[in-house]
Amino acid sequence: MLLINCPYCEDDRPELEFANAGEAHIHRPKDMADMSDEAFEAMFFIRDNPKGVILERWRHAHGCGRFFNAVRHTVSDKFLKTYMAGEPRPSDDEITELMK
Amino acid sequence: MNSTSQQAFRVKARGSRIGARSVSFTFDGKTFEGLEGDTLASALLANGVHLMGRSFKYHRPRGVLAAGVEEPNALMQISRDNSKTTPNVRASVQEIYDGMKAQSQNRYPSLNFDIGAVNNLLSPVFVAGFYYKTFKWPAVAWDKLYEPFIRRAAGLGEAPTEQDPDRYANRFAHCDVLVAGGGAAGLIAAKAAADKGKSVILCDENPEFGGWLLSDTDIRIDGQTGEEWSAEMVRQLLAMDNVRLLARTTCVGYFQQNMVVLNERVTEHLSRPNVELPRERMWQVRAGKVVIAQGAIERHMVFPDNDRPGIMLAGAAQTYLNKYGVAVGANVGVYTACDSAYAAAFDLAEEGVTIPVVIDHRDQVSDDIRAQAKEFGIKVITGAHVYCTTGKLRVNSMSIRHHKASSGSEDFEIDALITCSGWTPSLHLYSQSRGKPQWDEATRRFLPGESPQECVSIGSCNGTDELADIFVEAAEAVGGKAQKPKIEDDVPTSSGMVGATGTSADKGKAFVDFQNDVTAKDIALAVREGMHSIEHVKRYTTNGMATDQGKLSNMHGLAIAAKLLDKPIPQVGLTTFRAPYTPTTFGSFVGHARGALFDPTRKTPIHEWAVEQGAEFEPVSLWNRARYFPKAGETMDDAVDRECQTVRKTAGVFDASTLGKIEVVGPDAAAFMNIMYTNGWDKLRPGRAKYGIMCRDDGFIYDDGVVGKLSSTRFHVTTTTGGAARVLNMMEDFTQTEFPEMKVWLTSTTEQWATIAVQGPKAREIVEPLVSGVNIANEKFPHMSVAECQVCGVPARLFRISFTGELGFEINVPADYGRAVWEAVWARAEPLGACAYGTEAMHVMRAEKGFIIVGQDTDGTVTPHDAGLSWAVAKSKPDFVGKRGLQRPDLIAKGRRQLIGLKTKDPKKVLQEGAQIVADPEQSIPMKMVGFVTSSYWSGTLDQSIAMAMLEDGNARMGETLYVPMPDETIEVEVTGTVFYDPKGERLHG
Ligand SMILES: [Zn+2]
Repeated sequence: MLLINCPYCEDDRPELEFANAGEAHIHRPKDMADMSDEAFEAMFFIRDNPKGVILERWRHAHGCGRFFNAVRHTVSDKFLKTYMAGEPRPSDDEITELMK
Repeated sequence: MNSTSQQAFRVKARGSRIGARSVSFTFDGKTFEGLEGDTLASALLANGVHLMGRSFKYHRPRGVLAAGVEEPNALMQISRDNSKTTPNVRASVQEIYDGMKAQSQNRYPSLNFDIGAVNNLLSPVFVAGFYYKTFKWPAVAWDKLYEPFIRRAAGLGEAPTEQDPDRYANRFAHCDVLVAGGGAAGLIAAKAAADKGKSVILCDENPEFGGWLLSDTDIRIDGQTGEEWSAEMVRQLLAMDNVRLLARTTCVGYFQQNMVVLNERVTEHLSRPNVELPRERMWQVRAGKVVIAQGAIERHMVFPDNDRPGIMLAGAAQTYLNKYGVAVGANVGVYTACDSAYAAAFDLAEEGVTIPVVIDHRDQVSDDIRAQAKEFGIKVITGAHVYCTTGKLRVNSMSIRHHKASSGSEDFEIDALITCSGWTPSLHLYSQSRGKPQWDEATRRFLPGESPQECVSIGSCNGTDELADIFVEAAEAVGGKAQKPKIEDDVPTSSGMVGATGTSADKGKAFVDFQNDVTAKDIALAVREGMHSIEHVKRYTTNGMATDQGKLSNMHGLAIAAKLLDKPIPQVGLTTFRAPYTPTTFGSFVGHARGALFDPTRKTPIHEWAVEQGAEFEPVSLWNRARYFPKAGETMDDAVDRECQTVRKTAGVFDASTLGKIEVVGPDAAAFMNIMYTNGWDKLRPGRAKYGIMCRDDGFIYDDGVVGKLSSTRFHVTTTTGGAARVLNMMEDFTQTEFPEMKVWLTSTTEQWATIAVQGPKAREIVEPLVSGVNIANEKFPHMSVAECQVCGVPARLFRISFTGELGFEINVPADYGRAVWEAVWARAEPLGACAYGTEAMHVMRAEKGFIIVGQDTDGTVTPHDAGLSWAVAKSKPDFVGKRGLQRPDLIAKGRRQLIGLKTKDPKKVLQEGAQIVADPEQSIPMKMVGFVTSSYWSGTLDQSIAMAMLEDGNARMGETLYVPMPDETIEVEVTGTVFYDPKGERLHG
C-alpha cells in the first residue's frame, strides 16, 4: 500500500484514503462545442501509459476531499511530488531532478 | 534400530526442540506417536516413515526432502474436521498436536500402491511443453478429454466441503526497524537496533528463534552453543519494551514504501485452540527500515533417480537430528559438492549411524575434513558422482562412478542418502522490494544488489558466510557497533555447484523441480526447442512454478540452461520472485471482511419499521431496502401485485430515503447546474422542481434525478440510490478543477434527510393535515413543486413529485424524525386503505409509466436521445458536460439502439431481462441480434406483461413484430412506446 502526501492536508496518508482520477493537465476547453472530432478524441479518450514518470490526478476522497496532482514513477510507484490542482506542470528539468 | 517399533529412529541425546510429552496423531488413518515440538515430518521420520507423498505429474513415491518451508514433496492434507481442513501443508513445517489428522495427497487408492503411477511409465509423452503441444485441438476434446484431465491433475489435496468457522485477524503496525528472520543475523540486528532505542519488530517463520544455530550443535560463540546464545538473546529482547517478537510469523510480502506483510499462525499448532484467538493474524507493517535476514536455502544434487524416498538434503538430516532428535536412517550415504554435508555426516556418525561413504563431486576436499572423516571411519571418494539409485518405496542402494571412468562402478547399500550441492542465498524479499540481484562469479551465486527501498540484507541471504563477520555486519546494518566474538566450528563454510551431475547418457530421471516433476532433460529439451530466456524455460517446463517458487530448483534450472546455451548464468537471467513467500491462506488475506462484515450495510431511519412489518429486503448498492411487504400466505408476485394496485386505486407509502441527495449552494449554483446537467436551470423558478439528466463528457447518461430549486442560490439535487457518491465526486471534480472560479459549494445530504413518498389518488388526503406552512391544494402546489415547510411540526422539504404516475408527494424531514413522521403518515394512510410498498412495486409502477432506471435501462453506452429523453437536452446552452460528446458521428448515426416498449403477443408471458431480440427467428445460428430487454415485469394493473428494450432503430419500428428466442421457445413481441399506463399523464395532476 502506497503512502501519498496530500498537498492540502500536508501529510502522508495511506493509499486507502485516496482515489486515482486519471491523467493530469488535460485541458477541457470552455468552447468545446467547436472542437474537431480529432481534437475531442485526443482530449477525452487518448491517454499516456508511460513506463516511467506519469503526471496524474488523485483525490483525497476519504480525507479533505480535494483533487490534486502527482508525479509518480510507474515502475517503482514512487511519488516524486504532489502539488495542488491549478499549479503548473513541473518542468522536464524539475522532473529529471526529482528522479535523482 | 528397528523400523517397526515406536519411534525407533529417535535419538535421545539430541533434539533441542523436543519435549518429553508424547503426542498422538494419525497419518493416512494409522495412529503414530511423536513428541511435543515435533513437526509432522520429524515425527514420521522418528517412526521410520520416509514415504510421505506422490509426485504431481508422474505419481512417483516421494519422501520428505527438507526440514523447512522449501519442502517440495511432503505436502499433506491436515484436518481437525470437515470444515477445518487445509491441503498442501508442508509436513516439515506443520507442528503435531494431539488428534491431528494428516493425509497424504495425490495418490489413489493408497500411498504404497498408486494407479496414477502409470504416468511414470508414460513419461516420454509428458515431456516439457507437453501441455502446449497437446491441449490444442479439436475443440470438442476440451470438454470431453482435456478439461477433465487437467482438472483432475491440477492442484493437490481437497478443498474443505464446509465453510471455514475460524476467525482471522488483521493488524496494522509501525516500527523503526522490521527484521525479517530470527537467525543469528536477525537476532543481532534486532538487539543492536533495540539498544539504540528503536522500535523493533522481529519475526521468524519457525516456532523458535535461532535459525541455523539450532541445527548446528558444534558451533561455539564465545564458548556458548548456538542454542544457549540464541536463548540468551531472546531473553534480552523479550525484556525490552521497544521490541515485539513474532514467532511462527512469515514475512510473506514486501511492497512499496516499506510496507511489509506478515502472516502469523496463532493456533495452527494447538490441539485445542482457545476460541478467543484468531487462527491467523495478518500484519501490515510500515517500517522505517527493513532488515532482511532470510538466510540461505540448501540445494539438492541433481542426478538420476534422486527422488526416491530416503534421499534428502544433508542440512535437513542435520536439523532432524539436532533439533528433533531423529536419525533419518541407519545406514546413510552422502553425496555432496559442499563441505557442509560433512557436518551432517559427522553428527550422524557420532550417534552411531553408519555412514558407508561420502561421494564428493569435487576433486579436492580439505585435509581437515579428511582427517575428521578418518576419525569417524568414514570413507571419502572425491571426483565421483552417483549415477543410479534403486529401491521402490525407499532407496536401498546407490551406484557411483568416477568422473573420468567410462565404466566401472561401485554399489553401496543404504537406507537413506543425504545430498548437498550448496546454499542459495534467499533473495525472495529483496526481489519483492524490487531489487535487482547481482551475480557473484567468485561464489557462483546471486546476491542482493542495490536496495531500491530503505532496506538492507544481512547474513547468509547477503552471502556473508562467516558467523564472526555476521556479528559485525548485522550490528552495523542498523547503525550499531559489534565486536567479533570467538567462533569455533567443526566444518567451515564452502561454496558448492549448480546444475546436473553425471552425463546426459545416464538413465533415469534427474529431478530439478520435485514439486512440478521437472527433470534436467526437460530443461535441455526446452533449450533445444528454442527457449533461450529463463522466463521462457520456466514457463515451458514449469520449473520453479510450483508453490515452492523454485526455492530448490531455480538455480539448478538456470545453470543447466546456461550450460546448454553456452552463456554465462546472469545472461540467461533470474526470474522475479513474487509475494507471498510461502503459500498463505485466503482466510488470512480476507481477515474479518466476510459475511456481514464484508461491506457496511446502510439502513434508513425507517428500516426497523419495515423489519417489524415483516418486509423482505434486497441489497441496493450498500443499502438494504424493503423489497415488498408480504401479508400472510402471499408470494412475492401476490404482494407486488397488491401493492401496485393499492397505490393506483388508493395510495401507498414508500421509504425513498436511500435516494442520493446533494445540496448545491452559492451565487453560481444555477450556472453550475447548467454545466452539470443537460437541461437548463436558469428559467426554473424557486419553488419548482425539474427532472435532470447528467452525462459524462462522452455524451452517455451518467445519472438522473429530480432537482428542486429552493431559492436562486440553493438546489436540492437527488441522484440514483447507487450513484450518489460518484455524482458528488464528478461535481466536486468540476468545481475544484474545471470551474474553480464558480462560487458554488456541494454537500452530501443523503443521510441528513429521511424521504417518505406518498403516492396515489388519496395522497393529498393523507398528507394535507400533517403539513403546515404551505398550501398543497392542487392549483397552489401543482406537480413538480417544492416547498420548505413543516410536516408534523418538523422542518421539512416537501416535493410534489411522482415516480409512479400517480398524484404524489415526497416528504423530506431530518433523519432523526424519519421514523416518527413515517408513523404519523402511516397512521393516516392505513385507515384510508393505503399500503406500504417496496422497491419491487416501485419498479413495476415506474416501468408502467416508462420511467428509466439509470444502470438498468442504460449501460454507459446510452445517450439521452437513445433513451427517448431528447426533450431534456438543452439546445441553446453554450456548454454542458456531454454537449460535445453528443455530437460525435457515431452518436448521431442511424441505426443506434433506442429505448422502446415491448408487449408480448401472449400477454401472460413475461420476458427475461437481458433476453436478446431478433427480427427473423428462422435464421441460422448465430442469429443477428437487433436488441435486448432491459426491464420486464408482470403488470397486474394492466393485466399483461410489459417490457422495455434497447432496439436498433427502435423508434422507427413501432408496431413491428419481433422475436425473443429462449432455450425452450421463441416469444413473439410487438414494439410499442414506453408509456404503458395513463399515456396522457392525467393522474399526476389529480
Ligand atoms: Zn487531504
